[in-house]
Amino acid sequence: MKRVARGLGLGIAGWLIGLNLAAVIRGTQHVNDQANIGIAYVFALSGWLLGVGVWDAWVRGWLGLKPKAEEPDEGWRRYFSFCTDHKVIGIQYLVTFVIVFLIAGLLAMFMRWELMSAGETIMNKATFNEIMSLHGILMISVAVAGVLGGFGNYLVPLQIGADDMAFPRLNALSYWLIPPVAIMLLLAPLAGGFDSGWTAYPPLSETNDVGQVFFILAIITFGLSSILGGLNLLTTVTTMRAKGMKWSRLPIFTWSVFSASILSVLITQFFAASLLMVFLGRAIGMGFFDAAKGGDPILYQHLFWFYSHPAVYIMILPGFGILLEVLSHFSRKPLFAYKLTVGAFLAIVVLSVVVWAHHMFTSGMSNTLHGPFMILTEAISVPTGIIFLSALGTIWRGKLWLKTPMLFALAMVFNFLIGGITGIFLADVATDMNLQDTYFVVAHFHYTIMGGEIFAFFAGIYYWYPKVTGRMYNEAMGKIHAIWMFIGFNAVFIPLFYVGVQGMNRRVADYPLAYERGNLVASISAFVLGCSFLLFTWNMIWSRFKGEKAPSNPWNATTLEWMTESPPPEHNFEGTPVVHDSPYVYGLEDGLHAELGEQEPELVGAGRPE
Amino acid sequence: MAAATVEAAGHHDTLDPKTRLRANRLGLWIFIASESFLFAAVIAARFYLLGVDRPEHLNQELALLITAVLLLSSVSAFRAEDAMAHNDRPAFFRNMSATLFFGLVFMVGVFFEYREGMEFFPPQTLYGSVFFITIGLHAFHVLTGMIALALVINLAAKGHYGRDDYWGVEATVKYWHFVDVAWVFIYPALYLVSW
Repeated sequence: MKRVARGLGLGIAGWLIGLNLAAVIRGTQHVNDQANIGIAYVFALSGWLLGVGVWDAWVRGWLGLKPKAEEPDEGWRRYFSFCTDHKVIGIQYLVTFVIVFLIAGLLAMFMRWELMSAGETIMNKATFNEIMSLHGILMISVAVAGVLGGFGNYLVPLQIGADDMAFPRLNALSYWLIPPVAIMLLLAPLAGGFDSGWTAYPPLSETNDVGQVFFILAIITFGLSSILGGLNLLTTVTTMRAKGMKWSRLPIFTWSVFSASILSVLITQFFAASLLMVFLGRAIGMGFFDAAKGGDPILYQHLFWFYSHPAVYIMILPGFGILLEVLSHFSRKPLFAYKLTVGAFLAIVVLSVVVWAHHMFTSGMSNTLHGPFMILTEAISVPTGIIFLSALGTIWRGKLWLKTPMLFALAMVFNFLIGGITGIFLADVATDMNLQDTYFVVAHFHYTIMGGEIFAFFAGIYYWYPKVTGRMYNEAMGKIHAIWMFIGFNAVFIPLFYVGVQGMNRRVADYPLAYERGNLVASISAFVLGCSFLLFTWNMIWSRFKGEKAPSNPWNATTLEWMTESPPPEHNFEGTPVVHDSPYVYGLEDGLHAELGEQEPELVGAGRPE
Repeated sequence: MAAATVEAAGHHDTLDPKTRLRANRLGLWIFIASESFLFAAVIAARFYLLGVDRPEHLNQELALLITAVLLLSSVSAFRAEDAMAHNDRPAFFRNMSATLFFGLVFMVGVFFEYREGMEFFPPQTLYGSVFFITIGLHAFHVLTGMIALALVINLAAKGHYGRDDYWGVEATVKYWHFVDVAWVFIYPALYLVSW
């Protein structure tokens, strides 16, 4: 708590110092001078980070100062401190991104309200563009970091039988980089907002209001957080697996996090680089994307999609991980084609970085690139198909246990199937020429990420809720939420496919009267869908305090996180986990994934380097 | 990142030293792999926008000189790490200071590069954009490397590190090598390629 307050103070001080220093050095006083804002932000971010924990956790050691013994925060205060426990950090991520999800969802409600009928309904077109952009980037951040940061942090060490992440302090740092991102994005409307969508294409993003600079600075920071988080997860899985936890025995969720982390560590730099170029173009007139100076806006699209296409796999791979995990545990069957599925994850990692230009068929890039990118993109459906095969093979002749997480998982199989099939029309050059920039793209994308990953996210929330909170959620409310959200979601986006095929443009506040009926249906359904999250929020809060006490393994699941108390103690396991077999040993007489060996007290802390 | 060896107050590291070193090394290599993608992005932009064109006014002598200095600094950095691995502290300080000095010379060179660049191809031109973003990002990395070197020298002077525990030195030196290798790609991309 104290550190967060200190961080805020130093952050604000850093902003003011940086802004004035930049003004003096550069000789410009204007508050909207973009280079000055950039410099001020670097000072503010440094102040915030030093205050919140970087000074105590690292810099004192670097300078050779004595470590300061500060009382660690207890109880709920831990969640507002630079706490290095991976479980606390996981919860910090989860709660933060559920809140961001609800805010961004509310923005979507306003968009659907505006689009309910043709013409100007409740806002002008500029406001609509800003709300659309803010909704986009907030939801993208939820999709990138909600599952990977939240469940990745909380569950990966538990699933591999470790007592924490490999770099606990770095882990805390990756979380505490998020608040500046949120603050900058939410302050952006005060500086004129940004109206270039979450993709921020120049030339618009080089010429619009100063709010765009806030966006750029926030997203570069967010990228740093993703890279550090991914680095930590990769190292943890590689070096900290329990005895007997071979690569071929890793739970599938851990594999999916591992695969997604490979992508996030490497390619995030391209987004940072492209936004840095936009920033330098705005602030000091560099000419990367300015055709008048010989630059080329299409370069931005190449750099941006080299990140942002694989980024959708950073989002969906952990979603697949949760899906397969839940399907196996609730079908009471071993995961079908485990090794092939892991191979499919890794194949997606490789293929996803060579397909980016399918977003650019209509951008004016060289026509010779169309064919190769179309074929490579369609090749991705092979590993994705294997994942589907694994999902269906796992359900096939299983003993389905239709609890809330399972309902969400089954819904995701349906939704992602539609998302995947409609993707083929967008990967295909001939059809994409007509569908590009219509609501068909919007519906397709929401079917894959919202219908896919977000449904998996909710499956995970319900599945691991007893483990994380130590209480059971209300099953009836959970089931109603699952069915409600599934129907609401499909009722929103099927009409949008329809108006999209007819040619309705996306990212525009107004449309011809012909599209009115489809939009009305979508808008009303959107409000129905939106209301389902009120039920969810109520269930989460109510169950946290009044829910039944959860046993350590309410689902009779086999993986390691269920072999410890709910919630787990500080060092995760009372004993040393030893792994004997695959994680999905259902229906096998002598199946035993893992057991907790004797506690070996002399090991704890004995290896501490002095 | 580089010298992250001292544990935070209140945090208890349960990893045994061997696994800790393995984890540290892997973490550093992943970080380096990630950073190389940053440089790949700007170098890709250079070839995308300009092909292999380069301006007439490039100070080849200066660039060759600072390249040589930076390569030399990697040699001394390697020798410093090796000295610490053999507990030869005087050789460690000698080579570490030399590395820091070469880094400083390189940065002075970059300053002259910057001045000439501002004159012949300011950042508002296309080559200037590519040139300054690449040089700037690299110089930033050199600067952080120099800070890390200085911190490690200071810690060693206070008695830290030894034959069996010199991760801070190793990390800093590896990072320094990376900065050097990045330059090995940047230098030809900016100064040498042409038809």
